[in-house]
Amino acid sequence: MRGGLVIGAALTSAVAGAAVLSFIWTPADITQLSIAARLQPPSPEFWLGTDHFGRDILSMIMLGARVSLAVALVAVGIGMGLGVPLGLLAAARQGGWIDDAVMRLNDLIFAFPSLVIAILITAVLGPSAVNAIIAIGIFNIPVFARVTRGAALPVWTLDYIRAARVSGKGAALISMQHILPNIANLLIVQGTIQFSMGILAEAGLSYVGLGAQPPTPSWGRMLAESQTMVAMAPHVAIIPGLCIVLTVLGLNLLGDGLRDRLDPRLRGQP
Amino acid sequence: MLRYFARRVLTLALSLLAASWIIFLIVELVPGDPAAFMLGTGAQPETLAALRQELGLNRPLPLRYAHWLTSLLQGDFGDSFTYKTPISQMIIDRLQVSFPLAIMALVLASAIAFPAGLFAASRRGRSGDLAVMGATQLGVAVPNFWFAMLLVLLFAVRLRWFPAGGFPGWSDPFGAIRSLLLPALALALPQSAILARILRSALIEAQQQDYIRTARAKGLSAGQTLRRHALRNAMVSVLTIMGLQFSFLLAGAIIIENVFFLPGLGRLIFQAINQRDLIVVQSSVLVLVIAVMTVTFLVDLAYAAIDPRLRK
Repeated sequence: MRGGLVIGAALTSAVAGAAVLSFIWTPADITQLSIAARLQPPSPEFWLGTDHFGRDILSMIMLGARVSLAVALVAVGIGMGLGVPLGLLAAARQGGWIDDAVMRLNDLIFAFPSLVIAILITAVLGPSAVNAIIAIGIFNIPVFARVTRGAALPVWTLDYIRAARVSGKGAALISMQHILPNIANLLIVQGTIQFSMGILAEAGLSYVGLGAQPPTPSWGRMLAESQTMVAMAPHVAIIPGLCIVLTVLGLNLLGDGLRDRLDPRLRGQP
Repeated sequence: MLRYFARRVLTLALSLLAASWIIFLIVELVPGDPAAFMLGTGAQPETLAALRQELGLNRPLPLRYAHWLTSLLQGDFGDSFTYKTPISQMIIDRLQVSFPLAIMALVLASAIAFPAGLFAASRRGRSGDLAVMGATQLGVAVPNFWFAMLLVLLFAVRLRWFPAGGFPGWSDPFGAIRSLLLPALALALPQSAILARILRSALIEAQQQDYIRTARAKGLSAGQTLRRHALRNAMVSVLTIMGLQFSFLLAGAIIIENVFFLPGLGRLIFQAINQRDLIVVQSSVLVLVIAVMTVTFLVDLAYAAIDPRLRK
């Protein structure tokens, strides 16, 4: 499935490109409200139409991409930053009490319905993009810890790791110099998957009003606001949803493609 | 098996205890204290002091947790701050919507996933397989609340086949099922995509086993071995996923219930969040977490009963 990797990379770069571009240019100024131009369908002037305040939807989408990508990316960063060291530690101390403690803690977080707890956290701390990041990021930690530990354990049994131990290197140094580079591929693939799940989670949280707050545009809230107008102006509801689908689809295809590419054993399999 | 069972029960009990503790602590994180949070900024000092007294906030934290937990164990969730009614009754009422909704969604998800997975596995690598796999990629990427909005647009607004929202209650069983159908479909779609993918890979793995070759050598067709032998063996892993999906659907209903204005547990949680009714939020979230953990526990047990290798 080479096609998947290419399509995934193209979709992901398009969304990332739009988000970056929005820092220097958007087709229209979204702080300018124009009731006269409200709910217009796509036209040469407004490529994706306008919303109920007469704002250009394309500009809103570009600014919303920024929020979506930033929240999901930082949440992956939290997951990797805490999960990978925990996983490496657990693998280095396999069977020891640290390993046990890390894995039990993982099981516990895994057992929680993540969406429910994310909603509870954002409701209690107050809705904001930062709290959405925290709520999503917490649930990325056990995912990365588990993947890291699972991938690191077989590496620890290899001969050159034994050689490194004999030469007097400590567990921390071996983990950083030998284990981590060996499992980096796997972490990148998992990162892509968690990234796409983060986009969906952010959309869900901001749809229920617990994500980035107005006036910052976000795809989820655009959908929530469009709900009462969906019969009059379907494009207001369809466009932000399609953006979420294409972004998540792109990241998933990219993740699958990278996994096949980076793991030679999977090459040639459907 | 008995030892495995005992260990799993102990793990479940400890997880539930930890869960209750975490939920209790998260609520303690509110800016100010729960009483100030619930009353808002304009509260009179006397009202605040009275509520603090009522909630027991003047007592130390561990004592309050112990009190909360023992009341919970006796089935006493306290009273809603907004409605002044027992929370346990509110939750029971709401579960009568959320639970059937999750079950319907699971039934729908399987009804879509089984034919799709079987079809894809029987045409592995060919265009039919690729089409189904492409569709599942799309299904996984669709946010269920957006799919819900599209369903409303098509089936409720344009075609007027189903209501756009609301719930008539179970005294009108036909109407109740009708109003749960679109929400259940919205919940089911992404899950059916996941299930179809898992079923396909489980079937393909089962098809590579020796007993399939034997069955083929005996003269069974590829389709017959797939349905009679491979499917049965693939069911072990598929049933586990379905169990996990049920708890996912139960939790996922939170957002979907809000799209369709269904009076379920998810809607209760959001109403309580908006009314700053922390006691209701805390109890409803806990009930949801208990339900999810219990389902996961039952799935683990069922899995161990089917596959003895897992009882180690």
